[in-house]
Amino acid sequence: MVSTTEQRTATQVGPRKGRSPWADARRRFLRNKAAMGGLILLLFVAAFALFGDVLAQYSNEELDYMVMGQIVELGGPSIASGHYFGTDDLGRDLYARTVQGTQISLAVGVVGALIAVIVGTIYGATAGYVGGRTDSIMMRLVDIFMAVPYMFVLILLLVMYGRSITILFVGVGLISWMEMARIVRGQTLSLKGREFIEAAQATGVAAPVIIARHIVPNLLGVIAVYTTLLVPLMILTESFISFLGLGVQEPMTSLGALISEGAGTIAYGTTWQLGFPLLFFVLTLFGFFFVGDGLRDALDPKDR
Amino acid sequence: MSSLLSVRDLRVTFPITRAGDMPWTAPRQLRAVNGIDFDLEAGKTLGVVGESGCGKSTLARGLIQMVPASGQVVWRGETDLLSLSRRQMKRYRSEIQMVFQDPLASLNPRMTLGQIIAEPLKTHRSDLSSEERRRRVAAMMERVGLLPQMINRYPHEFSGGQCQRIGIARALVMEPKLLICDEPVSALDVSIQAQVVDLLKDLQRDLGLAMIFIAHDLSVVKHISEEVMVLYLGRVMEKAPKSALFADPQHPYTQALMSAVPIPDPVAERAKKVIALDGDLPSPMAPPSGCVFRTRCPRAQSECAQTVPQPGTDAHRTACLFPGPTKQSELGHEM
Amino acid sequence: MALLDIDNLSVTFDTDDGPVYAVSELSLSIDRGQTLGIVGESGSGKSQTAFAIMGLLAGNGRTAGSVRFDGQELLTASKKQMNALRAHRIAMIFQDPMTSLNPYMRISDQMAEVLTLHQGMSKRDAVAEATHMLDAVRIPSAAERIRLFPHEFSGGMRQRVMIAMSLLCKPDLLIADEPTTALDVTVQAQIMNLLADLQREFDMATILITHDLGVVAGFCERVTVMYGSRVMEEGPTDPLFAKPTHPYTLGLLGAVPRIDDEDAQMTAIVGNPPNMADPPSGCPFHPRCDFAGDDCLTMPPLEPFAEGRARACRRPVEKIAP
Repeated sequence: MVSTTEQRTATQVGPRKGRSPWADARRRFLRNKAAMGGLILLLFVAAFALFGDVLAQYSNEELDYMVMGQIVELGGPSIASGHYFGTDDLGRDLYARTVQGTQISLAVGVVGALIAVIVGTIYGATAGYVGGRTDSIMMRLVDIFMAVPYMFVLILLLVMYGRSITILFVGVGLISWMEMARIVRGQTLSLKGREFIEAAQATGVAAPVIIARHIVPNLLGVIAVYTTLLVPLMILTESFISFLGLGVQEPMTSLGALISEGAGTIAYGTTWQLGFPLLFFVLTLFGFFFVGDGLRDALDPKDR
Repeated sequence: MSSLLSVRDLRVTFPITRAGDMPWTAPRQLRAVNGIDFDLEAGKTLGVVGESGCGKSTLARGLIQMVPASGQVVWRGETDLLSLSRRQMKRYRSEIQMVFQDPLASLNPRMTLGQIIAEPLKTHRSDLSSEERRRRVAAMMERVGLLPQMINRYPHEFSGGQCQRIGIARALVMEPKLLICDEPVSALDVSIQAQVVDLLKDLQRDLGLAMIFIAHDLSVVKHISEEVMVLYLGRVMEKAPKSALFADPQHPYTQALMSAVPIPDPVAERAKKVIALDGDLPSPMAPPSGCVFRTRCPRAQSECAQTVPQPGTDAHRTACLFPGPTKQSELGHEM
Repeated sequence: MALLDIDNLSVTFDTDDGPVYAVSELSLSIDRGQTLGIVGESGSGKSQTAFAIMGLLAGNGRTAGSVRFDGQELLTASKKQMNALRAHRIAMIFQDPMTSLNPYMRISDQMAEVLTLHQGMSKRDAVAEATHMLDAVRIPSAAERIRLFPHEFSGGMRQRVMIAMSLLCKPDLLIADEPTTALDVTVQAQIMNLLADLQREFDMATILITHDLGVVAGFCERVTVMYGSRVMEEGPTDPLFAKPTHPYTLGLLGAVPRIDDEDAQMTAIVGNPPNMADPPSGCPFHPRCDFAGDDCLTMPPLEPFAEGRARACRRPVEKIAP
């Protein structure tokens, strides 16, 4: 009987290689125009941050004495002068500074999100899978951390240890993983009741292996979606702190700091000082949000 | 000859804490499985039947320490599985494997068929080369009727019946002695159910497997078991060799279950009288005193509330104070 | 004129993987007070037929053909017309009663709403009528239990509530989509008994959609067997069960586990159900059929062959018992 079954099912077997759930999701993502637009936007911003320096005529620190004192008249954006985006209030090349600011902002966002992904996933998956008292203790700890007004603590840290990019990374990393841990724990709880987890337990697979082999791969969708939404959140946090004047130390800068400066001088008519950093800021956020939405639609198992 | 599996007084109790309880409040006890005895010989099948909430799935999970159980589960006449630590238990997990109800849900959607079937080998036989592992997976796939070229495909690309074949292959790749099937065909289409039952029977014959086959109605169990055990609210109501149970059921609950199975023959189905059970299943948190079935039993007397009927130790055992064939007055009983 | 007349109904879903053919060229009809069973396995199109009748297909579903209820075309009916029909004349009960009950509303309010909204009854009369209906579906102490919330009922009781709700407007047609699949056998027996009594009492045409041949055998006068989106065989219940002529019907009957017959074996139908995004050409059953030949590669028409019976098969089972 087995042989006939095989022959009869053989007609229904298509290609040799299986179509993984990831491949399906990729196909759906590639067909999502908004998401692809977002992705192209992000690639553009990333390319700008990484290779923008090549086109710069000035370094981000150098003061252009030609335009100093006459920023409004001479410091505007122009191809001829080499200041593509104009100069800032001190006569520094805004193009070079925007490139650098984008680098810092992206770095803060990506590092913050990475910490969230690694710490949050391991913490949340462990709490959710082990359950019971361990889970209670681990999650109450998160609750307690979350109750701390983190912006206040971060500002305090920056004031105490001085404004440095390291402190900024540490601060952003400390807060970003908690929400992720909660989300991952919730998803783990619902996965834990699924029969394939039970099947692995019945076979005697060890708990860390179950988490690594069965839980985390099935959470990657949620994690990916949340991460793409977390990066802009981190960028926003950094910008807010920079806007308050507590962000990265000069001559380094970030988009938030540039926007802050640009906003301060807008009354003099130097609109480009606000416009260009703001443009890249908005492009980055849009890119991440569209990609995040696209990922969610692509990975959503509902239409299966 | 000692039995492959000998179960004595198996109990599974879940503590139920209600929301808002203080940490020191004693949780209420839910007795999901309440004192079950049975023996299983190598190569034989025990059918376990009962409706939802009767504890049949919990029984299966209690046997292999997936849920905390008390009592004795003696394996091959030598080891009490319930006395083992988690680490000691691991060795026995390869000898007792399980097949689950929902074929698709029991397979990890992110793993290929080959990875799924190889998982028990990876867990218990890390000494095997990947070459040897692949060979065994391929042999097992062929044995359960899966084509070799399916090995790199994912569960969602298969129909329910094929998924259940994958689940069976995963369970058998370690060459277990006992296979616990938890409603393996309930979620399958009628035309596929028979395929899976045939496959399980073939495999049992070839591999000398013992099986515990759990089902929610008696009809499928009839086709695969040597012995049948009927559960209600965590207790054994009746247990007998298959032919005796189907020819001469003694317990009113078994009789009600049998009469409720629809018959695909219009004439017989219309002529059939159903023993209607009153009311709903009582809450397992507060089971009735005496016989747990008495609240819905057409035969209940006042004694039933006082005495817990014991099934005894006969081959055909019935936990009922008034066993016997169905009386005319119990038939066609309207609610 | 029949109460419900389905002519050449097709239902197609547009998905990422291309069109999925859920129902193909289905024709059937049911008269007032009749009972019809639609039997099929998952993916046979039996439930989508019901959703098409009710105008409840998912957004990516397309229909062709015609569904006439009491002379009125349903496939092209406006939302408003369909709402009016669904409220007064066609009712449906589902496999999982919990999904069609609002968990945050008392049963009394949910049931009364149907009557106050559609029939303009006062709240008090509506609750009285609802209580009466709960009595009719044999819910003990209905007057008190009507004040409860859905989760306070057991699965079987919830299905009774659903049935009571669907009967409030005394529909002409009741569609029951796997009403007992989620229930235990003893509860299933109660519910089917109840449905049979109510069907007679209210004299409504009833379509019972199920995969369980046993349930159909006890309940329906006529049966339509579907497979792979198409009708395989149809006819009055007794001869269809006694002398099935389509190989699929025969196979299905052989595959059902029997409890009444000591010697009956479960005989498997080999192979797997078709993938309806890529259906086999011709008869959808031919890849699994023991009798199939080259002429099965084109779809045979549904043709009458005996009193009230029809089948879509070129190679019917010839060994029909006398």
